[in-house]
Amino acid sequence: MKVEVGTLEQLPKRLGKCVRVGNRELALFRTGDDQVFAVENRCPHRGGDLSQGIVSGEFVFCPLHDWKICLKDGRVQAPDEGCVKTYRAAVKDGLVYVEL
Amino acid sequence: MKRKLVLIGNGMAGVRCIEEILKLDREAFEITIFGSEPHPNYNRILLSKVLQGDTRLDDITLNSWEWYERNGIRLFAGETVTEVDIKRRLVRTDRGRVVEYDELIFATGSNPFILPVPGADLPGVTAFRDIQDCERMIEYAKTYKKAAVIGGGLLGLEAARGLLHLGMDVDVIHIFDYLMERQLDPTASKLLQRELEKQGMNVLLRKETAELFGNGRVEGVRFKDGTSIAADLVVMAVGIRPNVDLARRSGIEVNRGIVVNDYLETSVPHIYAVGECAEHRGVVYGLVAPLYEQGKVLAEAICGRKGKPYEGSVVATQLKVSGVDVFSAGEFMDGEGTESIKLYDEARSVYKKVVVRQGKIVGAVLFGDTSEGRKLFDMIQRGDSVEALSLSLFAPAALGGKGSLAAAMADTDVVCGCNGVTKGAICQAIAEHGLKTVAEVRDYTNASRSCGGCKGLVAELLEHMLGEEANRYTVKETICGCTDLSREEVLEAIEQRRLMTVKEVMSVLGWKNEEGCSKCRPALNYYLGMLYPGEYDEEAESLFVNERLHANIQADGTYSVVPRIYGGVTTAEQLRNIADVAEKYNVPMIKITGGQRIDLLGVKKEDLPRIWADLGMPSGYAYAKALRTVKTCVGKQFCRFGTQDSTGLGIRMEQTFERLKTPHKVKMAVSACPRNCAESGIKDVGIVGVEGGWEIYVGGNGGTHLRAADLLCTVKTEDEVIEMTGAFLQYYRESAHYLERTSKWVERVGLEHIREVLFDVETRRALLERLHKALSATTDPWRDIVENERLQQLLFRDIGDKEPVSVE
Ligand SMILES: Cc1cc2nc3c(=O)[nH]c(=O)nc-3n(C[C@H](O)[C@H](O)[C@H](O)COP(=O)(O)OP(=O)(O)OC[C@H]3O[C@@H](n4cnc5c(N)ncnc54)[C@H](O)[C@@H]3O)c2cc1C
Ligand code: SF4
Ligand code: FES
Repeated sequence: MKVEVGTLEQLPKRLGKCVRVGNRELALFRTGDDQVFAVENRCPHRGGDLSQGIVSGEFVFCPLHDWKICLKDGRVQAPDEGCVKTYRAAVKDGLVYVEL
Repeated sequence: MKRKLVLIGNGMAGVRCIEEILKLDREAFEITIFGSEPHPNYNRILLSKVLQGDTRLDDITLNSWEWYERNGIRLFAGETVTEVDIKRRLVRTDRGRVVEYDELIFATGSNPFILPVPGADLPGVTAFRDIQDCERMIEYAKTYKKAAVIGGGLLGLEAARGLLHLGMDVDVIHIFDYLMERQLDPTASKLLQRELEKQGMNVLLRKETAELFGNGRVEGVRFKDGTSIAADLVVMAVGIRPNVDLARRSGIEVNRGIVVNDYLETSVPHIYAVGECAEHRGVVYGLVAPLYEQGKVLAEAICGRKGKPYEGSVVATQLKVSGVDVFSAGEFMDGEGTESIKLYDEARSVYKKVVVRQGKIVGAVLFGDTSEGRKLFDMIQRGDSVEALSLSLFAPAALGGKGSLAAAMADTDVVCGCNGVTKGAICQAIAEHGLKTVAEVRDYTNASRSCGGCKGLVAELLEHMLGEEANRYTVKETICGCTDLSREEVLEAIEQRRLMTVKEVMSVLGWKNEEGCSKCRPALNYYLGMLYPGEYDEEAESLFVNERLHANIQADGTYSVVPRIYGGVTTAEQLRNIADVAEKYNVPMIKITGGQRIDLLGVKKEDLPRIWADLGMPSGYAYAKALRTVKTCVGKQFCRFGTQDSTGLGIRMEQTFERLKTPHKVKMAVSACPRNCAESGIKDVGIVGVEGGWEIYVGGNGGTHLRAADLLCTVKTEDEVIEMTGAFLQYYRESAHYLERTSKWVERVGLEHIREVLFDVETRRALLERLHKALSATTDPWRDIVENERLQQLLFRDIGDKEPVSVE
């Protein structure tokens, strides 16, 4: 299911935004090189609010205990382990869509 | 505008000097290099190794074309400078190129000396100086059989050994009684000769060349005594002459070499000379170690940082002939006023001699076992007394066994003589960069990059380090994994090049991660703010969430709000206000904190700006790396023990230093007597009132690493407390690592050092000046956000709820 989740304008570079769709909470990111990513807004460690993390390239650092998570595939980077759910995101005519 | 620097001579000394300049200041010069040879800079020393077969020509390049390009250096290889116009400050080349200079370095090296005998210009006669000579010999060896090397010195013997390797029959012709007379005494020389003859060389001593003869090409050498030998190839290795014609023609003072002072300056302003072409205090050096030392001194001088002058060098030589270990250094001949200690083991062909003058070691010759050469050389340079000689030097190898020399060396002992690299430097590099191979050590430290004589020792050190030693050397603390630079190096670069943004720092300093990480971005953000108060705007995206949102993130994703309550003293009106706000926003918990404040917990992110607006109180910075609270005791107003007004001072301190950003959070406290009800002994700055004054404690911590504060000093007045605390905070701001608490910082830099800094009136004044500049640039972040709709939108508002409706 492809859902419209906001406008590109609402996404500042390297500052995540949270959006709720139904019972899902997603963290949306626009990276420095203008790619848009969507991941589940819960750190696999202790549920940190990923949308508030520091974004570097295609990674976000969880604000609670600094786990480093890849926005592309959702993998937690070593030495920690785990995975967050990722969603395919796309931008068209200034609107951001996510594949649920 | 960059100054124009021109280097004449693309050889070992000149290019090394350029490397040193780049290390000191990459941006100062626009650099142009001319070299007559068509190659980038290569390792001349290893030419003999190329002949001897352990190295290929391609392997001896020191700086690749790409290196010149990467460093923005214009290189004109295969182009000779023919004229220097010192009036108009320009050089001309044989290709008609004209280049201007502000600073000019001569590093023209030397020319091989060719005996002025008939036939010296016949085909088949060559010197041994550059790649071309080397290639010529290799070529000759393919078709011809008989070689003669004129000159039984270092170079001649290395050439002869190479020609043997290439399959030629070799005669070595020497004018003196024994080989290498400039480095060896007769005993060592005889042993050397025996060894070389064993390898197949034919040594002819006391032979003076009269002419080279041949029909069209060289066929033989005739001597003054009438005898002669046949030869298809003659290598002249009888000495070198500094290459000074160009300098002389240009009007620069020349003696044997280009005359330079202790800063390598020639007689003409803005013109310098380094390397074999230079004559310093009457000496011309022909080995790289002293030339590299010169290059370093010149680099500093030319970058405007004149440091230690060059005062001449003691030289050591090691013959690079496989199977023969020869070392000599300093005053190696017995003579007037010297005594020597010797070991001569004929059976094993080992000879060791240490020359002593007035109880001091002044020279040495080693043959057969040169493993302690470097160590001896250090002792000679330091002028150590004989007593320092270790017995092992003279212990017969069979008895003692070798033991690890690497382990026995001191950190200050030099391992690589050519490049002056100490054991300490090598071990440090190994520890810091996790080096695993000799090649890596070479790349990081330059050790073994030149003659390679120390390779064995480097390998031994590596082995040794990877074992038990590793921990002794502390790894340089880099800011994070994104860079190899330490905090100090980064700060220096930021200031020197006036880097103004996090992004700029990362790109100019070559960050490995283009956008850094959660460690370096906040750190750089802090450093920039500290260095450029009022000028630098914090980057929201480089801040940890607490500081970005000016509230503490809690485990469940809500936030907490702590308004400022100066010194823990509040009013009924304030309390009523807080209570109203708590009710209006359904704050689930209100808590009195350990720092005498009120915390509203469980607040939603979007509500933060409205709560702040309703509170109308300044931010308490409970989330920040900045001054948090100043805890106070009741004090003399009410307490029966109090000797001072602790609450009054606490409020004043909090008002003076509020909003000041620091490397980590800072907590303060003021107690009015040593009973210390405000817990001043475990605060970053703790003040304790005593009769007639105040004690100032610093570096305390009540956190995970509990630490009692140290008494910094005792002062009389409140003003002095404010002044000392201010200077202390500013010094901490400037010299601590980001995220280093004062407790750790005080331990790292030492209380004594901090005292020295703060008690110096001038320094203190300067610190306070910078502190006030930083303080005057601050504003209350809550108010700023309340008044700024755009910031609220950017940071506090999420997108909200979206209908889960498919758009397709
Ligand atoms: C075979 C061999 C073995 C050696 N072994 C050792 C050793 O084991 N240990 C040791 O310490 N030293 C050794 N040396 C000596 C060492 O190589 C020299 O001391 C060192 O290279 C000198 O450096 P330099 O820069 O002064 O001169 P060079 O390296 O000779 O560089 C000078 C350069 O300037 C160029 N040039 C000259 N005039 C001009 C002009 N007008 N315009 C443009 N370019 C110009 C030349 O072409 C040359 O390339 C050895 C030398 C040789 C030849
Ligand atoms: S520290 Fe001393 S003055 Fe302050 S409250 Fe405690 S007992 Fe009273
Ligand atoms: S909850 Fe994300 S790192 Fe702990």
